[in-house]
Amino acid sequence: MTIFIPTPLRAFAGGSKAVEVQASSVAAALDSLTSAHPALRNHLFNAEGKLRAFVNLYLNDEDVRYLPAKEATAVSSSDTLSIIPSIAGGIATAGNRTGSMRRVRG
Amino acid sequence: MATVIESAQLPELSTEELSRYARHLSLPEVGTEGQRKLKAARVLCVGTGGLGSPLAFYLAAAGIGTLGLVDFDVVDASNLQRQIIHSTRDIGRKKLDSAAEKLQALNPTLNVVKHEIMLSSANALDILKDYDIVADGTDNFPTRYLVNDACVLLGKPNVYGSIFRFEGQASVFATKDGPCYRCLYPEPPPPGLVPSCAEGGVLGVLPGVIGVIQATEAVKIILGKGKTLSGRLMLYDAMDMHFREVKLRRDPACPVCGDSPTITEYVDYVEFCSGRPARA
Repeated sequence: MTIFIPTPLRAFAGGSKAVEVQASSVAAALDSLTSAHPALRNHLFNAEGKLRAFVNLYLNDEDVRYLPAKEATAVSSSDTLSIIPSIAGGIATAGNRTGSMRRVRG
Repeated sequence: MATVIESAQLPELSTEELSRYARHLSLPEVGTEGQRKLKAARVLCVGTGGLGSPLAFYLAAAGIGTLGLVDFDVVDASNLQRQIIHSTRDIGRKKLDSAAEKLQALNPTLNVVKHEIMLSSANALDILKDYDIVADGTDNFPTRYLVNDACVLLGKPNVYGSIFRFEGQASVFATKDGPCYRCLYPEPPPPGLVPSCAEGGVLGVLPGVIGVIQATEAVKIILGKGKTLSGRLMLYDAMDMHFREVKLRRDPACPVCGDSPTITEYVDYVEFCSGRPARA
């Protein structure tokens, strides 16, 4: 299947936009991805191995959180898995070092 | 909001307006009544930067009656690659003054309300309460979560857009029974884990595309026509010139719009987005 890597995480996936993996489930696909690109692991999962709250996974156009089997959902080679993190425009992301909220310029 | 105003209460269109909006009036989906709804509408644009520039410009052109602008910044030369409402001669001016001047030149009947303020938990209610729709053109997570929560708490649609390098997202949050931003992302990324846009840059045209999508959605919500992005997240990749969308659902466990909300008033959004574990 194809896993789409979003712009902010491409640097941790060798610059790839998309990675092809052979896997039978969503979880296996993620294992395969993070085995090939270990730097991604910390960006996708927390210390307990759970997907981070600012990262969403979509199997085709469905949020994996809402699939009955969630990450155990079976996948086929024609499926796509999209990693969609939260993004923010022109300046530093969450809680930039000054803690400032004044710059709202998109 | 504007869409529930009775027809008899809508403002009349002047002879000049009938001529100015002729191409709208000939669309059955807009027509005279739709144009009167636009004239009655009050939209708040949070930010007059990359997203806010095209958004505010098109809403002003479309005949929105009242446009509120929230910004606290001044025009910098590095803004001009994408923030098309500002000009070279505006460098150093307040963005609010620069934007209001351009919008009023485009449409002199537009009522522009300038909010030169840092949107915060203390003032969000007071600023947002007078508007029908909020268009979120912010570039930072604290303000985005604040706008989201305020829209949910006040029951106002939040027309959302966000950009990063060559990619954009757009959706409509906080409509009745629709999802909110926290249903999509319960928490922001901690600082430093995801590279910032300041490091990464942004294609100047990108916020144009996303800001115009936001303007389109705002107009549709006011008209009460078409199918909005509520329940869908639009994803745009400028490099591949590719649009796709994924489904969004209201999360019954969402802390702000869920069935048993734990956030019923504004929190400290800077703290919330600081990466420290404390919440609400």
